[in-house]
Amino acid sequence: MMTEQKKSIVEIKNIYKCYHRESLVVPVLHDITFDIAEGEFLALMGPSGSGKTTLLNLIAGIDKADEGKIHVGDVDITTLTETELAAWRANSVGFIFQFYNLIPVLKAIENVELPLHLTTLPRSKRHEHAAMALSMVGLDHRMDHYPGEMSGGEQQRVAIARAIVTDPTILVADEPTGDLDRVSAEEILSMMERLNHDMGKTIIMVTHDPRAAQRASVLRHLDKGYLNHDAAQNPL
Amino acid sequence: MMLLKILFRNAFHNKLRSFLTILGIAVAILAFGLLRTVISSFYAGVEAASTSRLVTRNAISIIFPLPISYTEKIRQVEGVRMVSYGNWFGGIYINEKNFFPNFCVEPRTYLALYPEFVLEEKQKKAFLADRKGAVAGQKLAAKYGWKIGDPITLKGTIYPGNWDFVLRAIYTGRDNTVDETQYFFHWTYFNEEIKKMWPRYAEQVGFYMIGVTRPDIAPDVALNIDKAFKSSLAETLTETEKAFNLGFIAMAEAIVTAIQMVSFVVIFIIMAVVANTMAMTTRERTGDYAIMKTLGFGATDITILIFGEALVVTLTGAAIGIVLTFPVAKAFGQQLSTYFPVFLVSAQTIYMDIAAAFLIAFFAAIIPTRHAIRIRIADGLRRIG
Repeated sequence: MMTEQKKSIVEIKNIYKCYHRESLVVPVLHDITFDIAEGEFLALMGPSGSGKTTLLNLIAGIDKADEGKIHVGDVDITTLTETELAAWRANSVGFIFQFYNLIPVLKAIENVELPLHLTTLPRSKRHEHAAMALSMVGLDHRMDHYPGEMSGGEQQRVAIARAIVTDPTILVADEPTGDLDRVSAEEILSMMERLNHDMGKTIIMVTHDPRAAQRASVLRHLDKGYLNHDAAQNPL
Repeated sequence: MMLLKILFRNAFHNKLRSFLTILGIAVAILAFGLLRTVISSFYAGVEAASTSRLVTRNAISIIFPLPISYTEKIRQVEGVRMVSYGNWFGGIYINEKNFFPNFCVEPRTYLALYPEFVLEEKQKKAFLADRKGAVAGQKLAAKYGWKIGDPITLKGTIYPGNWDFVLRAIYTGRDNTVDETQYFFHWTYFNEEIKKMWPRYAEQVGFYMIGVTRPDIAPDVALNIDKAFKSSLAETLTETEKAFNLGFIAMAEAIVTAIQMVSFVVIFIIMAVVANTMAMTTRERTGDYAIMKTLGFGATDITILIFGEALVVTLTGAAIGIVLTFPVAKAFGQQLSTYFPVFLVSAQTIYMDIAAAFLIAFFAAIIPTRHAIRIRIADGLRRIG
């Protein structure tokens, strides 16, 4: 998939991030600058502690950079307050996590419907959208099941349905296959691939699994907080 | 709506823990309710006291008598509508275990002053006509299986000997705040017997009960009565019936204070238990809250979830505790009717139960909520897995 001609949907400029552990300052990201094009399927790779998840969190607006700018679409998210960021996340970002992070007391359909409660959609529309999202991930027969009654692969599909139900600008996935067996992992990756190919969703995925990274159109490597600029196009 | 669904399901998600917490709260609220009812029952006599009745006793102490000759002089004080009198008899039925309040009174005026003691007219006439007649409260009669016409013998503790009576009437309370465990008989009969055995104790009364024409003049009437006997051999102390009854409670003030403290300690303990449970629950759900914050839910939503869950658990326990308080208080009151003749769960006790439940929920939820709101999303998400 050619992404060069497409406009950038995420622009990251000179990002720095440190963590503070009492008096100790631990640098995590150093001068990170790159763009993500609209419709790109980016895999962020690197060893543990390289800063992948931190960078993903910054792009998704669930953490704040110490320095630098991040634009997503037309919004400079580094200038937003916590409340503005929460509203922005609700509208613009879909999240897929390693451990699915579904609410255990809600049924599959209710989990998918959850982000829609922050919209102005009426109840019937919310249900309709959630049902449609579940059917897109092939789980329309599991609507009334609780997460505890589903396999890991199924739970991750529910999480994907929840991520896409609001039709967000970007999808961020943190080790989405990290807790799955090989067959389920392949299913999830195929689904993400379809979302990227067929629906044009921009996906930013953190992984250290080369098989998962193989599905991405662009690869970026982080090592000790530094971005390796040589490996942009996926050679896999 | 979704938040309500989540908080209700969260509240009962861990069934065993929820059950035990609710059980703990129910028992605590039950204990709190019973202890508050014990305190209320101490004050039942005060609450039931009439504002238009005064009690006159010896100014030195209630154990010293007053001459019967004061009756006329008291009657002449302006504002006095009716005067009655009596003595604490302190008799026991068969043995010391069967103790109940018993008095000899001037029956006509006494019953007129206490319209809350309701007697059948026929029984009342029979009682007034019989010098050895007696009246017992319904609860007392039921306790010993007494029926109208039964002979009853009391053993005097202050005035030794066997005192024979015939039960001529059984009174019921005008409402449920009236003590139905009292026993009255004729002062005349008492005085005649005393004259025979201990003549120097005759013609004396332990107290005067005085009815005033209007409640608002009661303090002035009390002052005028005491003024009338100033510098006499037996000076008087007159006070409202309420103040007189409060004087008795003051003697047991330490007990009442101790019960009050225990009732608050019970609530404090359960507050700590529920707070611990909520802290555990919130810690377990840190990931859930982090996810909700990630999806765009705010601090208010998280607050609603945690406070709501604490309220659901606490109010469920409190509701069970309150419902149980009534039958348990009834059984408790029946067993201890000698000490607590009026043992009723008051509306105020229920309000205090509900307030305690809200207080428990509030203090249990406040720290976990603060923690859940303040934790960074990234740190919250790291707790999962």
